[in-house]
Amino acid sequence: MPLIDPTVVDLSRLQFALTALYHFLFVPLTLGMTMLLAAMETTYVITSKQVYKDMTQFWGKLFGINFAIGVATGLTMEFEFGTNWSMFSHFVGDVFGTPLAIEGLMAFFMESTFIGLMFFGWDRLSKPAHLAITYLVALASNLSALWILIANGFMQDPEGASFNPDTMRMQFNSFVQLVFSPDAQAKFVHTSIAGFVTGAMFVMGVSAYFLLTNRHKEFAARSIRMAAVFGLISTLAVVTLGDALGRLDDLLQPTKIAAIEGLWHTTTSPSAPWLLAALPNDKTQSNSLEIGIPYVLTPLITHTLDKPIPGLIDLESAAGPKILNGIKAINALQQYSTTHDAASLAMFKQYEDDMGYGFLAQQNAPNQDLNAITPAEMPAVVQQTELDTVPNVFVTFWAFRIMMFLGFYFIALFAFMAYFSLKNQLENNRFLLKLCTISIPAPILACEFGWITAEAGRQPWSVYGWLPTFQAASSHSVGYMVFSLIGFTLLYSLFIAAELYLMFKYARLGPQSHDHAAPVAGTGALPMFAKPGFAAKSWE
Amino acid sequence: MEIYVALKIIWAVLLGVLLTGLAVMVGMDMGVGTLLRFVGKNDAERRTALNIIGPHWDGNQVWFILGGGAIFAAFPTLYATSFSVFYVVMILLLFSMIMRPVAFEYRSKVDAKSWRATWDWAFLISGALPMIIYGAAFGNVLEGVGFHYGWTGQYYQDESFLSYLLNPFAVMCGVMSLSLSIYQGGTFLMLRGVEPIYSRARLFASCGGLLAAVIFAVGGLWVSHLNGYVFTGAVNPGMAATPLGGPAVAVHAGAWLNNYNNHPILWVAPVLGFVGMLVGTLALRLHLKVLGWWLGAVAWAGTISTVGIAMFPFLMPSSTNPSQSLTVWNSTGSAYNLGWMLFFAVVFVPVILSYTSWAFYVMRGKVKTETIVNDPHSY
Repeated sequence: MPLIDPTVVDLSRLQFALTALYHFLFVPLTLGMTMLLAAMETTYVITSKQVYKDMTQFWGKLFGINFAIGVATGLTMEFEFGTNWSMFSHFVGDVFGTPLAIEGLMAFFMESTFIGLMFFGWDRLSKPAHLAITYLVALASNLSALWILIANGFMQDPEGASFNPDTMRMQFNSFVQLVFSPDAQAKFVHTSIAGFVTGAMFVMGVSAYFLLTNRHKEFAARSIRMAAVFGLISTLAVVTLGDALGRLDDLLQPTKIAAIEGLWHTTTSPSAPWLLAALPNDKTQSNSLEIGIPYVLTPLITHTLDKPIPGLIDLESAAGPKILNGIKAINALQQYSTTHDAASLAMFKQYEDDMGYGFLAQQNAPNQDLNAITPAEMPAVVQQTELDTVPNVFVTFWAFRIMMFLGFYFIALFAFMAYFSLKNQLENNRFLLKLCTISIPAPILACEFGWITAEAGRQPWSVYGWLPTFQAASSHSVGYMVFSLIGFTLLYSLFIAAELYLMFKYARLGPQSHDHAAPVAGTGALPMFAKPGFAAKSWE
Repeated sequence: MEIYVALKIIWAVLLGVLLTGLAVMVGMDMGVGTLLRFVGKNDAERRTALNIIGPHWDGNQVWFILGGGAIFAAFPTLYATSFSVFYVVMILLLFSMIMRPVAFEYRSKVDAKSWRATWDWAFLISGALPMIIYGAAFGNVLEGVGFHYGWTGQYYQDESFLSYLLNPFAVMCGVMSLSLSIYQGGTFLMLRGVEPIYSRARLFASCGGLLAAVIFAVGGLWVSHLNGYVFTGAVNPGMAATPLGGPAVAVHAGAWLNNYNNHPILWVAPVLGFVGMLVGTLALRLHLKVLGWWLGAVAWAGTISTVGIAMFPFLMPSSTNPSQSLTVWNSTGSAYNLGWMLFFAVVFVPVILSYTSWAFYVMRGKVKTETIVNDPHSY
């Protein structure tokens, strides 16, 4: 069976990465803002102070602008597995599709139905009922993240399913293992709290802008205090959870952890340095310009003082026997698919655990046919495939570092802001306030690089150890891919332009207290986005 | 009966329920979007129409997303194959669908004629195009689609996208689906709208209902001459779910009527469809809006079950390799997975239906133009 055109695979990967990264520009802010909105409205219901209702409504409006585009781009994700990754969908749909369906049933329906009431129900619901709705939206958006990351967790560490040679796919066999996969759980908490950090930075940055321009000062000061404290606690939690994820990767995805750390050779002594910076070269399999701190790497990764950490070159050699087994497994499986005989089934079962490595070897086999490899050619095929078992180190190494450095920067910024906010000295620190405003996109950037670390570091697999990415794509033509890529690029560029324009417009406009606003032309409170002139005009 | 076979049948029925829920709820939004430019002659009227559906479009849209997720999980091979084989239209569907949430949220936030006019066009495209594609998908599937599988289960496409894009029968099904959505959207505009939106919506909805009934009749006659698919080999409903090595399948003109001829009671499905469309239209003429809305749902249920019954157990027949056609028996998930999914559906679908009804109840009553233009929370 011929492989899919590598150009089509690359374009499919490009499209998935673009659409996922774009979707993920909006998700963290949604996760964080729903929690902050719930906190603000709770304060409003308890204290009955109008400023907290204004806060909830103002931040709610900005949340709405962000949420719409998050929903829109999320549609693409739910369908893109089918439109562009048909082999993946066939191969793991029985277990991977399930959390996506449950997400719809349990979380997304709730979030989307109640978000309508959250925006439109202020005058129709009692205060506690509206608050309950806001809490349900926050709960649902985070539940949604949970199920999506359970699905992603399966790609990182396929637990809860086994391969069935009669259906040629992974079949679901343990709900508990799927849901409580350590990778999924750690990643869920890490990701949703990263969303809280994003929301906190957003609220803090926009409020800092109000202080800098001497507007809405009470509103801004209260918003900053809430956001700085919430942000500090959240960032500390994110970093801790990130460490837990790293520990899991050390156990479950050694190639990813070695790529993250730019580690080519297995560590032999506990003095191995943790690299602050380096230029990893994937061709020569070595680093240049290393700057590291000795004695940090081993305790950081293994949580011990002496355990060795496998390096990429050694991991590649260790894959050799798996590749040999994998080729046998795939050949037996192909035989079994036509004959259904007991002998080839037994042969397959013997090497089943390494079948993914057989799929991986196909691109290096003569005529892409694993059956055609002669004993003389075998060592070359294995050697070539060994090199394919590791991810791109340069990308993984730097994506991780950018995310991590940003994380530590956030801790410092939130800590300073919380300190000055509690001492009521915010307005004297104009530099810090400016820093907050320009840092609004930084947590989103950190989230994007987190995604790149997790997904680029998982390569060459789409399902770790079972299905290589180049086998997982749909067999489209290049023309199809060019058509969809151009369309997505155009539409998404227009959307982000409109989004940013509205965000800036409404953030600059600032909060408006509807209950105290001057009536306009006898028509009631000042509408926030219909200018008085417009309101009057549409009456005529 | 084997548990696995029972689960397969239950999920085939649930697939129908899901497609009906999607058609009714998303179709209603789409109908409002399509009609927006026609029921609202000025900006205030259009905003009123938008805010009628405003609190609900987001929740309704989840039917579409759940459709994707549930087919992925319950019919993985169907999801993998159909979405890829119909790539060009699926991508067009996505392009038009993703315009909608943005259009709702952004349209009225800038007070400029050209800005709002652009989004109004976006509503028309993102309302009409997905409904045409939705109906056309049924048409294409009824006619059979060109694909086959390699030994690993990877699909291969055997026909150009033009053959399913420019397929007259499928286009006709698309127009029918659009008509039903205009009926449903128009009815909802009547429920919540005041004059002049009310009368305009009533006119469009009535035309939609009648046109759908005409196309449904023509479609029925067309299908009675269309090539249908029948098993000729031994069928094992409890088979492992794989399209490879299945029983032989023959292609006969008119075979899609076999199930009806074998079990005449099944004619009740198309009858329900006609009752929904015709009595529904009559109800709208009599200003019985709530009855009209529910009869619209009956029309959808009747139409979709008519197609489902005609094809059962086929889901997506292959015109180039009929024995690899996707059926209820060979394209579902495993028994374990179907069982868990059923558990979640049984628990959550009633919950979803209750809070959706409650949300409609909270937002009940006529939407008035003067409240819309003065309400800072409106679209």
